[in-house]
Amino acid sequence: MSQLIQLAADGTASIVADTWVRVIPPAAGEESVRKQAGKVVLFKLTGEQTFTAEQIANTQIPASGHILVPLAIWEARKAELQSRLDRGELGIVLATNETAEALQAAFADLNTLPLIAIFVERFADGRIFTLGNWLRTRFGYRNELRAIGDVLRDQLFFHKRAGFNSFLIRADRSAEDALASLNDFSQPYQGGVADVPVWRRIHRA
Amino acid sequence: MYKYDPIDQQIVNERVAQYRDQTRRYLAGELSDEEFRPLRLQNGLYIQRHAPMLRIAVPYGLISSKQLRKLGDIAQKYDRGYGHFSTRQNLQLNWPKLEDTPEILAELATVEMHAIQTSGNCIRNITTDQFAGIAPDEIIDPRAIAEIMRQWSTFHPEFALLPRKFKIAVSGTEKDRAIVQAHDIGLEFYKDAHGHMAIKVWVGGGLGRTPILGTVIREHLEWQHVLSYCEAVIRVYNIHGRRDNAYKARIKILVKALGIETFKQQVEEEWSHLKDGPLTITQNELDRVAKYFEPMPYKTLPAHNASFDAAVAANPAFAAWVKRCVQPHRVPGYRAVTLSLKPHGKAPGDITSEQMHVVADLADAYSFGELRSSHEQNLILADVELSDLFAVWEKARAAGLATPNIGLLTDIICCPGGDFCSLANAKSIPIAEAIQMQFDNLDYLHEIGDLELNISGCMNACGHHHVGHIGILGVDKDGSEWYQVTVGGKQGNDASIGTVIGPSFSAEEMPGVVQRLIEVYVRERHEEERFIDTVRRLGVAPFKAHVYAEKETAS
Repeated sequence: MSQLIQLAADGTASIVADTWVRVIPPAAGEESVRKQAGKVVLFKLTGEQTFTAEQIANTQIPASGHILVPLAIWEARKAELQSRLDRGELGIVLATNETAEALQAAFADLNTLPLIAIFVERFADGRIFTLGNWLRTRFGYRNELRAIGDVLRDQLFFHKRAGFNSFLIRADRSAEDALASLNDFSQPYQGGVADVPVWRRIHRA
Repeated sequence: MYKYDPIDQQIVNERVAQYRDQTRRYLAGELSDEEFRPLRLQNGLYIQRHAPMLRIAVPYGLISSKQLRKLGDIAQKYDRGYGHFSTRQNLQLNWPKLEDTPEILAELATVEMHAIQTSGNCIRNITTDQFAGIAPDEIIDPRAIAEIMRQWSTFHPEFALLPRKFKIAVSGTEKDRAIVQAHDIGLEFYKDAHGHMAIKVWVGGGLGRTPILGTVIREHLEWQHVLSYCEAVIRVYNIHGRRDNAYKARIKILVKALGIETFKQQVEEEWSHLKDGPLTITQNELDRVAKYFEPMPYKTLPAHNASFDAAVAANPAFAAWVKRCVQPHRVPGYRAVTLSLKPHGKAPGDITSEQMHVVADLADAYSFGELRSSHEQNLILADVELSDLFAVWEKARAAGLATPNIGLLTDIICCPGGDFCSLANAKSIPIAEAIQMQFDNLDYLHEIGDLELNISGCMNACGHHHVGHIGILGVDKDGSEWYQVTVGGKQGNDASIGTVIGPSFSAEEMPGVVQRLIEVYVRERHEEERFIDTVRRLGVAPFKAHVYAEKETAS
């Protein structure tokens, strides 16, 4: 069963087959767990390098089909991947420590990308919401914007309002159950990417 | 006060349903501890030392008699018959069962209350001055804006999982009583040269492990832009704030690391995309919300009342209470009354269910059915007629709520500490109680005069010890509890962070240490000089010398 929830233009949600293959660089030698102040640290800082040159060089890329590649790999191996982009078979995965500006700088027109995914290592990383918002409002991205990684139903309502229109629910959870959470609240107070604050939306006596 | 319309009620009801399901999934093992943690925290639920702790929101400190009765009933039914007012003007229950929390939230929703965002890494309850709307020195009543900000921050889609908690305070008076400089964002309202409502914006203040006073990021912001500007600030923080180390994750660290100029530049760049957009508050919306905060139906009363004057003259105990617990009011013939939740020998800020009922009755009989909670952890009847003060005093006194110590040494701000809080390194309530008992002589207390003593059980500084004239911080040394003393902290427009005077003390030593600090003050003070001013004039050296000299002699 697919774990991918997609929103149609009219806002209806359905579970659909995921036709994209995510290109994942091999794990780096020793960096997976860093310790700081006695605690295991899992968040990368904004601006921190996401993959090493070695990881990028050693990444296997499938020869055909729709591929979702990290921004760093696109930048390093553009020549090899350009034709895939031209055929509409290439999407980008942005990590939450990468910036929307970097993504924008890498493409003349973001809308040549049929899919942008933002990967959250841990669901508690709220940068995904601001990144989504920026891509939709500041950078005018209109195609599919997908939340992937540690994606749980309890954040879906926020993802949706921050501009995401597809959600790859974590493999060990039910996408079916998660559908309900997209509508946890019917009339939010503040604006989101697609709506305005309540006082501009409806008349309140 | 603000009254829910169908939209507000629906949001709160939907939250109850959402949280009920989250709790069900957690108890059924479908959510891990780590996954449930931010969810329960954003509903005010901590897992504490003895039991969960539930923090119920009292938005900007306003609460109705009906709501307070409900809180009393909830404390009776689901807890041990008392609650604790916190320095964020909220009410905490110390012993609820996790399984009961959905039901508690459902009961709260029936009186337009909730526990939304009272904890967690999101925008917390917005606080303000407990005298908002009635203070004689008020320039602008900040409550309507505070309510608009409450709504904007509730389930904000972008700011649900920030690097750390985020606290906003608003002040509309000349004399700051909201400690705007100790907040992530402090909003100081004023009237500009054209008579328009404007805001001075402070950013990057906060106490805790690294106490820093805020910096002005913008001298003049038109009120219409308050949401878009705050959104710009918090966006920059959401992206660039540190997440790799919880101790360095607050916005104050980012502001310090970048420098205010660079930070401001980033905020202004972000704001340029948001300014004049849909977040701009319309006059209509401000008017709609402000309607709920219009002045109460005051009578036209003379400024003086003969029976009140006579009672003050005839009854020294009443006079002492009036002096400390009755505050001025902008409307002639009215006063604000602070009900002390600091009786000597009891935990500061605690209130029993019975007392909540008494206070609710007092509010109904004498103060338009409304109350305020203060960050000093007391309750306020904001609109009492002069001629009713004596009756209010008698009833409050019978309920143990009229200790005449507001603003005095024993009006201690104190976190729950190691008795309740799992974060604490040391107990704080017994220290407060011991100090209150040491200074139980009311005449002596009045003689010492205005003095703020703040106690925190750990460096998270919930007891705001850094800004107390005397601050006490519980520290852990080799597994035992010790107390570090700071002197010279202050809240208000000329806020300052206190200076540590030296090595820490044992719990038993603390009343004596405070006693010796007071001795220096009494010896050195000029006439009419407050403790804090003596400290500022002399520095901490003489205080330190006396405290530690005594210690050496003793040992």
